[in-house]
Amino acid sequence: MDSFLEEEDEEAPTVVVAGKRRRRSSPAAQALQPPLHLPFLPLQPVSSNEHKLNFRKSKEACLSFIQDALLQKEWKRAAEFLTCYIESLEKDYSREHIGPSEMIWRTGAEILWHHSQSSMKEFNCFMEQMKTLGVKRYLKVCLEHVFHLLCNGQIDEAYQNLSLAESWRFGEQTAIQDKEMKLIQAYRGLLDYYSWSKQKNILLENSEDGFSDSAVEQEMHGYFRKAAVNLKEIIKIPGVWDIFVKCYVDLLEFYGDHNEARQVLNEYAYNSKFPANPNAHVYLYQFLKRQREPKKSLISALKILHDIVPSHELMIDFNTMLQKSKKRKKRRLGLEVIFAALDYAGWKENAKAWSCLSRQVKQIVISEKHLDWIKQEWNSRKDWWPAFHFSRYLAKRNWQENKSLSYEKALVAGILLGKGCKYFKYVSHQGCKAQLKRFRMLKKFVNRHNPVYLRISGPPDSSVQP
Amino acid sequence: RDFNERCAQCSEVNWGLTDGGRFYCRSCHNVTERTREVVNTDFITNSRVQTISKGSRKQEKNDGGSEWYICEGFQLVLKKQVEALEALGVCPQMKDEILCNFWRCYLQKSKQAYCKRPAGEAVKALSVCESSTDVDSDPERPSLLHLLSLSESEGDLQTDCSFASSVSKVSESTSVYSGSVDGSLYLMKSQKEKLRMTMPMTLSFCYMALLWMREPITLSELLRYVVEGHIPYLNVFQHFPEKMKLCGLDLKIFCVESWPVYEEVFNKMHELAAYLDLPRFPDITESCFLHPDMLCMKYLMEANLPDELHNWTCRVVKKIGIGEVDFLTLVPGNKSTRKVKYDVLAAAVIVVVLKLLFLLDDHYECFSVISFISSQTKVYIFYSGGPYFEFKKWYEVVKHSLDVQQKKLDEERAKYLWRCEKPLFYSVKNKAKVLKRRQMVVNLQNQFGKLSSSVQRAEKPNPSSFQLSWSEKNTDGSCFHRHSLKGILQEKRGLLTTMNPDYWLCTVKLCNEKLCGHLAHYKEVEFPQSYHFVLGLFSFLLQVQPSYIHDEVCMIEHKLFNKKLYKKLKYNTVLRK
Repeated sequence: MDSFLEEEDEEAPTVVVAGKRRRRSSPAAQALQPPLHLPFLPLQPVSSNEHKLNFRKSKEACLSFIQDALLQKEWKRAAEFLTCYIESLEKDYSREHIGPSEMIWRTGAEILWHHSQSSMKEFNCFMEQMKTLGVKRYLKVCLEHVFHLLCNGQIDEAYQNLSLAESWRFGEQTAIQDKEMKLIQAYRGLLDYYSWSKQKNILLENSEDGFSDSAVEQEMHGYFRKAAVNLKEIIKIPGVWDIFVKCYVDLLEFYGDHNEARQVLNEYAYNSKFPANPNAHVYLYQFLKRQREPKKSLISALKILHDIVPSHELMIDFNTMLQKSKKRKKRRLGLEVIFAALDYAGWKENAKAWSCLSRQVKQIVISEKHLDWIKQEWNSRKDWWPAFHFSRYLAKRNWQENKSLSYEKALVAGILLGKGCKYFKYVSHQGCKAQLKRFRMLKKFVNRHNPVYLRISGPPDSSVQP
Repeated sequence: RDFNERCAQCSEVNWGLTDGGRFYCRSCHNVTERTREVVNTDFITNSRVQTISKGSRKQEKNDGGSEWYICEGFQLVLKKQVEALEALGVCPQMKDEILCNFWRCYLQKSKQAYCKRPAGEAVKALSVCESSTDVDSDPERPSLLHLLSLSESEGDLQTDCSFASSVSKVSESTSVYSGSVDGSLYLMKSQKEKLRMTMPMTLSFCYMALLWMREPITLSELLRYVVEGHIPYLNVFQHFPEKMKLCGLDLKIFCVESWPVYEEVFNKMHELAAYLDLPRFPDITESCFLHPDMLCMKYLMEANLPDELHNWTCRVVKKIGIGEVDFLTLVPGNKSTRKVKYDVLAAAVIVVVLKLLFLLDDHYECFSVISFISSQTKVYIFYSGGPYFEFKKWYEVVKHSLDVQQKKLDEERAKYLWRCEKPLFYSVKNKAKVLKRRQMVVNLQNQFGKLSSSVQRAEKPNPSSFQLSWSEKNTDGSCFHRHSLKGILQEKRGLLTTMNPDYWLCTVKLCNEKLCGHLAHYKEVEFPQSYHFVLGLFSFLLQVQPSYIHDEVCMIEHKLFNKKLYKKLKYNTVLRK
């Protein structure tokens, strides 16, 4: 067919060109130009073929009905269409990335998992069939099967399946699916860790009762070795391995290998080949805290976490630590951290965070030093925080729901926005009406320091000393 | 002369004659002891008995199948199809007197049988002496690998790598694996010199016979019955007798994986009629079902349009002479006349009438009746027994119904099961693999079938020539058959004419059908929505593309406005009767 096309295409242009050229250009000019060689056109489909309904189109339509039904969680309807889609397996000789057999595996598993009339037995049977269907994704199917078994609480079956998958050999395919194999091994290691921790608990209980069981202990150490080997392997590969890292560190700590644990965590947090992962820093921080490491290293671990996730819950700890610091720079950072955290909606009603902020603000106001810190932080927020945090509606709600939250917020609002601000006015009024002493104090405090507000919100002014 | 006893094995009466003069059953290939005493030269007129003069038939091949030829396969397909048509109520003469004769005529013309030296043998002999030379070097003959990428199965075979490689190995010799004797030769025959039989062509044969008999089945209906499974087409080969083994290249020929396309079957029928040198077909007169007046009546009913419109379609048909016998009757090989697609033509007539009355410009049809009613006295609303026809209301009712049906159809198509029980394999080598796959498919189908919302699908619905039906008994006012057109007509000099004085042409200039393949070109965005809706409606009813109908609409318009166009009255012409 191609050779035929070539002939046609070469002929066609010469005929046309000859007719037009002869009149205009001299033969010499024509000789300079090589004959136009047109590239191949795709075989043109006959117009009616576009609408030809055939096997493939019908199955494509079927697949999209399946997907719709899955999205709507209509499992029965999805099963109905899948029943009709299955026969595309018989024509699945394609080397496409996601062929019908993969589609059947994925959608079928989803349907069987959610369908009310399906059972685990049926699910297992389906998965076994899927394993025989494609060697290229054998391990993937195995892994997914294991996940489902775990979700169903069948831990022993899951372990068996993992062991079986680990011993799978299929020529080249075993080497190609190396990554999946590593995962299989890692999950087996995880299950070994699970057994280890169960044994550990038995042992701990027994020792409380005064027993000691060397057999159980032996078994436990056995699990440790098996788990440690596999977990250590997977952690070496760049990736997000939170659960594996956590378990491995737990094992190491239990056996007192703190150096190895520290190394693993440092590697996990700081190796640039690994994707950025906030949890890596959290784990490191928690480990360091357990090890009672000096403040300095704790702060440096949290500093990175602050850079990645300014809204992380550990930011309270971070702020507390920084506030206590004697260094000006660190206290300054603390203010930054708590302001940044409160930018996020998740923190809006967190009394602890607000008390951190109010404490620091109060401190600064009383000492009358570093008012410019507040001024700087406030500058970028003054046009949206009032609506975001200090509306009258919020004042009402906070007052009803959480008095101490509204106290802290009112203090901050009073300092930042002055005594005329809605939030402060409402809360202090309510507080005085309820004859609460600390609200009266609050009102006095704000009134006394009202000039601060003018300095904070005013234009940059030279009288403010750093 | 006629051997009419039932076969001892399968109790069919379907005898063929071996070269040894014995009768054999063409259904199960059982050979009787009975022989023909006298070989008559005119025995070919007997429809029940046909000889296959292809040398002595080897009864058993090593795999338990017997020798068979491709044309025998097609004969079986045709037989099944015509029997199904008979069951649908077609005149029983069609099978034995019409289709059988067409088929025999075809076999003779294509030199496959009823001739001194059947083509198959000639090619066979040729291939023997050629087998030593390199086949690919012969430019006239496509190589076998080449063949694989052409024709029916749309190259799906190519993806079956094991098959492709096995073929390339043997491509030097012409003996490619097939169950039939002449499967490989069949695909190699160049299509130019003769019409090669294909699966869609079996339907062309059926349609030709139906047309000859002037049966009340249009081509679009025939194809719809095929898709609905009332006429065997897909997987017919599963009805082949046990001993006709189907494999390798036979699958390319008999195993179809797409539905027949209107245009293809239509064109092949005309080619075939010319190839067989058939005489002029019986006249299509006004009393025939295929006459536009009759078909218009049917489609008006199906489209839920007022019966009164029939008066208008008849007037258009008469005015442009498309109801004439000479226009409608097929004369094979006559290239000067346009081939008539009876069903599409009738639908197009209705579209033109709708355009005449309602303009269909997304504006006029929505306001016509309302403005009329408000300007006239409102007393005559229930004139002549029916309420006034309102295009807008009709649109809403029909659109709703159409959407529902279309959705149903889409789902049915998506749910269609294409594969049959009989496993198919291209070579013995992958037989085990195919059988294993088949088994798994059956298992999975059972597993998910149990979880399906609907219990196993009910019996096939009975065939109906109507896809949409509107009953006047429904009191919800969804039937417009009796509605009156008074709202948009006016009386002038004793004649009813349209209130609407304007018209727009779909196209000012027609394309040359012979050069470009179409009279006109349809792009949805360039036309008003209501015009598109009407086309879409008929496209659904006929199950053809809207552009087919559009072509025909353009043709009718040009005949209708021929004189006006010449007078250069331009686009907005006024039509007065």
